[in-house]
Amino acid sequence: MRVKRPQADMAKGDMTPMIDMVFQLIAFFMVLINFSQTEANDNVVLPSSKLVKPPEAPIEFPILLHVARDGEVFMGGDSFTAETLKIGLQREIAVIKAEKKSVSDANVIIRAHKDTAAGDVQEVIRVAQEQELVNFALRVKEDRS
Amino acid sequence: MKIRNRKDSEKMELDLTSMIDVVFLLLIFFVMSFKIVEMEGDFSVKMPLASTSTAVADPTDLALKLRLRANTEGKLTDMSLNDINLGTDFVALQNKVVELIGTAAPVEGEDGPELEIDTDYNLRYEYVIQSITSVSGYKDGDQVVKLIEKIKFAKPRR
Repeated sequence: MRVKRPQADMAKGDMTPMIDMVFQLIAFFMVLINFSQTEANDNVVLPSSKLVKPPEAPIEFPILLHVARDGEVFMGGDSFTAETLKIGLQREIAVIKAEKKSVSDANVIIRAHKDTAAGDVQEVIRVAQEQELVNFALRVKEDRS
Repeated sequence: MKIRNRKDSEKMELDLTSMIDVVFLLLIFFVMSFKIVEMEGDFSVKMPLASTSTAVADPTDLALKLRLRANTEGKLTDMSLNDINLGTDFVALQNKVVELIGTAAPVEGEDGPELEIDTDYNLRYEYVIQSITSVSGYKDGDQVVKLIEKIKFAKPRR
């Protein structure tokens, strides 16, 4: 008796649905990806609050300060202490003045870690106040629960 | 002369392997760099450097003072609003603020009540934000009712 051998050694599947799905996935992740999150800093875990809402308009002349848990301040890739922060702020203020704007137009955004000593944040604010900065924004995470 | 039948080569088989390789690489790249964005917002604090001579105090001015005390670990031990001790209860703080400034229509702009936060140096920042949250308003359903919008800090205590 003759026995037939199965010939389907290399099955040729139809690739079309898989490619469709994969392209859909790529499109999904591409749309959702957000490169503008360079604001975040790994050293900072923000406290949360139920009241805040994301700002509707972008903040004018922002000076972003990250205050880590130990009170170290990060601004634009450099790290400062409350004492040396003055130098960094003066650099920012020079930029603002070069654009013929007043220092009081600038907004200091403070992203402080939730376990930072409140006094360290106050020190940062004090140093900024000495540079005639008046507008501060304490950044917190939105609590939707 | 023999003419080859060219019909056979018309149905060309596309080699998809390389495309699928690249597409998977792209997919992996986007999956890896995907991060759920957490919504962030700001508490605005307008705080010029305190002038040396305190301006003539307006008697109608509600000067609210919130004192926060901490233990050595930075935990909140008690707080008091205008010397009224409130323990660590943020709900009580909010009720007290409502009681003091009244539930009348919130005053917008410059004339609203002002609150000064005087905190121990080592108190954790989280508690400061919590107290700012309770004094600056509450959520009534989806609506935010504002209480105090002008918040400032006292001098840091060393």
